[in-house]
Amino acid sequence: MDKQSSIVEIRNVYKCYYKGDLVVPVLSDITFDIARGEFLAIMGPSGSGKSTLLNLIAGIDRLDSGSIVIDDVDISTLSETELAGWRSGNVGFIFQFYNLIPVLTAFENVDLPLHLTGLSKKERREHVEAALNMVNLTPRMDHYPSQLSGGEQQRVAIARAIVIDPAILVADEPTGDLDRKSASDVLDLMDRLNTELNKTIIMVTHDPHAAERAHVIRHLEKGEFST
Amino acid sequence: MILLKMILKNAFRRKVRTGLTVLAFAIAILAFGLLRTVIGAWYAGVESSSANRLITRNAVSLIFPLPLSYYEKIRHAEGVTSVSYGNWFGGIYISEKNFFANFAIQPETYLGLYPEYILPEDQKEAFLRDRRGFVAGRKLAERFGWDIGDVVTLKGTIYPGNWDFELKGIYRGRTQNTDETQFFFHWQYLNETIRQTMPSMADKVGFYLIGVRDPNHSADVAREIDAMFRNSPAETLTETEAAFIMGFISMSQAIIQVINVVSIVVIIIILAVVANTMAMTTRERIGEYAVLKTLGYTGLHITILIVGEALVITFLGSLLGIALTYPAAAGFKQGLSAFFPIFNIERSTIWYDLGIAGAVGFAASFIPAVQAVRIRIADGLRRIG
Ligand SMILES: Nc1ncnc2c1ncn2[C@@H]1O[C@H](COP(=O)(O)OP(=O)(O)OP(=O)(O)O)[C@@H](O)[C@H]1O
Ligand SMILES: [Mg+2]
Repeated sequence: MDKQSSIVEIRNVYKCYYKGDLVVPVLSDITFDIARGEFLAIMGPSGSGKSTLLNLIAGIDRLDSGSIVIDDVDISTLSETELAGWRSGNVGFIFQFYNLIPVLTAFENVDLPLHLTGLSKKERREHVEAALNMVNLTPRMDHYPSQLSGGEQQRVAIARAIVIDPAILVADEPTGDLDRKSASDVLDLMDRLNTELNKTIIMVTHDPHAAERAHVIRHLEKGEFST
Repeated sequence: MILLKMILKNAFRRKVRTGLTVLAFAIAILAFGLLRTVIGAWYAGVESSSANRLITRNAVSLIFPLPLSYYEKIRHAEGVTSVSYGNWFGGIYISEKNFFANFAIQPETYLGLYPEYILPEDQKEAFLRDRRGFVAGRKLAERFGWDIGDVVTLKGTIYPGNWDFELKGIYRGRTQNTDETQFFFHWQYLNETIRQTMPSMADKVGFYLIGVRDPNHSADVAREIDAMFRNSPAETLTETEAAFIMGFISMSQAIIQVINVVSIVVIIIILAVVANTMAMTTRERIGEYAVLKTLGYTGLHITILIVGEALVITFLGSLLGIALTYPAAAGFKQGLSAFFPIFNIERSTIWYDLGIAGAVGFAASFIPAVQAVRIRIADGLRRIG
């Protein structure tokens, strides 16, 4: 497949929320493609629907109408269980608040997605070690999240996201809770994942420094793209 | 696997909360176990009673006696192997606190009808020879530190005066369920004394104890005996020993009902306590469950995590409660031996304790689990930060 082909095709997506009787439109008629290997930043004011859009692409929320086709799979037609299986093999998640499981060590957190695969214990260990090595945290693998700094926790989260070797990484304000230095470490890492491993990255951010790293920046305003 | 590890670690994340919930559960199990054991103790007499023993008493009420002259007639009734008789003496040893059952009995026949009271042959002979002798159950003798040869004085309540007896024998029960707290002395001794002091009360017995040849026909034998004394000044009521004891128990049937209701209430309360803990726990972890779902874990995985955590708490509580029930029951047994000569924890109580742990664990975590499974991932993730 050539590099310019689209990995994500979003067509006429609508999404609204209901607050009691009130209908709150969040996304209206969103249509765009994301090319394989692209590093896309989505920016926009708070409440403009960035997270909602990202969640739809990642298959953790449902759209009202339209379609989202990822690698030839129309995820809007999948059942809840099919979607869970699809996520576990195709998408890596990076959140603003790292979202590690506090009772598990760095190693176990990264191991978590692999338990849903058929890999042997030995194979899992190899994958986890490779992922932790990639984020430079091999020496800290037996630490619990509470024993790690914010930047280190986010790197563990990145290792957890890439351990299943997904085609797409989604990141919702990955640097939103980090200081300058840690933020730039995390962004360097994402750069490398994009260039070296050819991961397609979709990142929501408020931070212009973060957005600078992306190849494409899209601005969302009141549920519509302004550029 | 990883879920099991998370269940165990999650269970002890809030040590104080988990500890208190486990403790509350243990106390509920303790209460439940003791209440059940009390009910069991109540019925123990019935269980240990023999189907081939009948008891004949005054048809009007237990407090009215029967003439001694019935003895010969009953003895010759069809199907009767042996007859004994006795009176409830109601004597007090030093103080009313020291309550125990004491009877004046016809010794040879009475001991013959109770083979489960095991008395060494030499002690039995010594008892039969001495009219002022008495035999005591092993637990009773231990309770007051009596040895063979000791003289024990009972203060009469029904029959006034101080009565001296000499301990001639100590009997043991054949099984755990045999009452070892009774006190027996010669009916002759009682009768001869009151013949002088209260002649009107002499030659009267409180009850006849009857051995029947075939327990399947005990109802016929009982009917025949009662028929013999119909229209006499003292009509009789004959029933099996079990029915006789049940008569006592049924007076307390209401209390037993209350105890049963209380046991159920205890379980409902502990269910509420555990459910509350699980609701708090699950609410705190909604974000984590959302993360797991994001990674591809399903509702079943989340349910296992939540139900498993509740089961860890309830089973720990149950095991602790069971461990506490034994010493507590031993304490009760010592303190209440006069009222509950038999006070043993039944095996079924332990199975109930474990069953409650399972049932409460599931019931308490069901709703929190459903809520955690139902919540949309996007909403769950919003709860973080
Ligand atoms: N579950 C929900 N119920 C009701 N309204 C919701 C729900 N989730 C999101 N919204 C609303 O949808 C709109 C878009 O939310 P979204 O989280 O996508 O915004 P965002 O662009 O990510 O904002 P921020 O930059 O603050 O994260 C907001 O107005 C929000 O209040
Ligand atoms: Mg957002």
